[in-house]
Amino acid sequence: MSAPLLTASGLTRVFGHGRNAVHAVDDVSFTLGRQEVVTIVGESGSGKSTLARLVLRLLDPTAGTLALDGRDITALKGSALRAYWRDVQAVFQDPFSAFNQFFTVRRLLARSLRLSGATEDRGEALMGQALDHVGLSARDVLDKWPHQLSGGQRQRVMIARALMLQPRVLVADEATSMLDASLRANILNVLGDLRRDYDMTILFITHDIGQACYVSDRVLVMCQGRLVEQGPTDEVIFNPRHEYTQRLLADVPRLHDTTLG
Amino acid sequence: MRMVRFTPRFWISAGVFLLVAAFALLGPIFVGDKLGEGVGGLYDPPSGAAWLGTDDLGHDIFTNLVFGTRTSLIIGLVAGAVATVIGVVLGLIAGYHGGVVEEALMGITNVALAIPGIVVLILLSVALDFRSIVAMAIVIAITSWPWTARAVRAQASSVKTREHLDVARLSGASTLNILLWDVLPYLMSYICMAFVLQVSSAILAEAGLSLLGLGPSDSVSLGIMLNWALVGESVRTGAWWAFVPPTLLLTFVAFTLLMLQSSLDEVFNPRLRRGRQRAGRPASVLTQVGAPAVDARSKEGSPGA
Repeated sequence: MSAPLLTASGLTRVFGHGRNAVHAVDDVSFTLGRQEVVTIVGESGSGKSTLARLVLRLLDPTAGTLALDGRDITALKGSALRAYWRDVQAVFQDPFSAFNQFFTVRRLLARSLRLSGATEDRGEALMGQALDHVGLSARDVLDKWPHQLSGGQRQRVMIARALMLQPRVLVADEATSMLDASLRANILNVLGDLRRDYDMTILFITHDIGQACYVSDRVLVMCQGRLVEQGPTDEVIFNPRHEYTQRLLADVPRLHDTTLG
Repeated sequence: MRMVRFTPRFWISAGVFLLVAAFALLGPIFVGDKLGEGVGGLYDPPSGAAWLGTDDLGHDIFTNLVFGTRTSLIIGLVAGAVATVIGVVLGLIAGYHGGVVEEALMGITNVALAIPGIVVLILLSVALDFRSIVAMAIVIAITSWPWTARAVRAQASSVKTREHLDVARLSGASTLNILLWDVLPYLMSYICMAFVLQVSSAILAEAGLSLLGLGPSDSVSLGIMLNWALVGESVRTGAWWAFVPPTLLLTFVAFTLLMLQSSLDEVFNPRLRRGRQRAGRPASVLTQVGAPAVDARSKEGSPGA
């Protein structure tokens, strides 16, 4: 693999002061290679969402640096930060609270399009294309309000939103955990296609080690703000070295053991 | 989902308030421009010529009432609007920004809350040589914004946890744009209610100040009428028509606005809605009386499901 696309080194985020200080993310370093799908797994409270927000620059790190394509982006502000968001986009966990209920889908998408500076006609085409890619028709959803869409449709609109900007890195923070099983597979497949079709690198964040196994090339395991293990998916799943990873894997229900055992 | 359904209570209280406003605005057409003119003697009782009698200067009380209501309503609305704007701006910034900004703004708000409003009101009123209606309104607004600021801050910081703000930021929206389009709409119902309360308390504050003789100069308001009645010893002379009408009207306006506020609460918060649906299910009333604990739990559990 050539030079990594995104490099995080020593990322730390502390909330609170003194004795109440919480190290939500503690000295985390990792890289994302081009077109790689990397999953961060960990139980709730392990700091994975904080890490996602740090990578997205929605939250400032207490210490550590982030670099995209070798360029330090830790302290970007204003228009430079907007330019960064053209390259790095996200899909969030909750398809309900991710929508402003006072905006139609069209307005939501148009707002994001302003980042890319596309003209109106071109924007319309981009919206249609992106919605098409996630299996929605522009004619059906563009003028709908969020409450007129189902959870799965909403999540796909959110993916379309990120897609439209054709980012180089997509952060999917628990993007499938609020969906039912059949939709989840559908969304995971959409994400998989994206990597191929759009030359996209995906940082997938989940508490579900099964999903991690399904989608990713590499797995990073987080526990209490620290990165305790990382490696190729198969290696981490079948040959876990850290005790926490072993525990996570042991908690996965095993159908074979109970039905055939 | 967020269908706003106006309840009868809302229509009644809004209608009554509009009636009072119409009385103040359209009243002059019927009473003519007799403000400040002597139409009779000292405390003439109500008659065909002067429907509510005359005051200590022989002026028509009904005319005073019409113009006084107008002044009181203007002061109430202007003061309510100014206080709401100050409160919303400070509360929004504090709630959205968090951290040091929030601490500082809420510190200022709490200090403003801790200073007794009536003292500031009196000092400010005394300090002004000529008190115009707008100046009065602003003086009242200065002492009444902190409650709105606190309520708005609390609401804003709960909206802040929603992911759509992150989506907005990732879309490159500016802070002002986010506050206006992503936070403010979620608070509109609270702001409406806070505004109505502010108007009602501003009208009462004006009446209190005016009663003490610190009302707007060169005009008549409901409070000033009370002040005249007090100074003119109407109570001792039994001239009830000098102080009963303004008192009743003040009470009426304040009551209507409070009812409007609580009916808005029902409109925006359907769980508070009363009437047909409840009445049609006597069984649930029984459960509520019999097992309040169970009912409370099931209510709490429902929104998550």
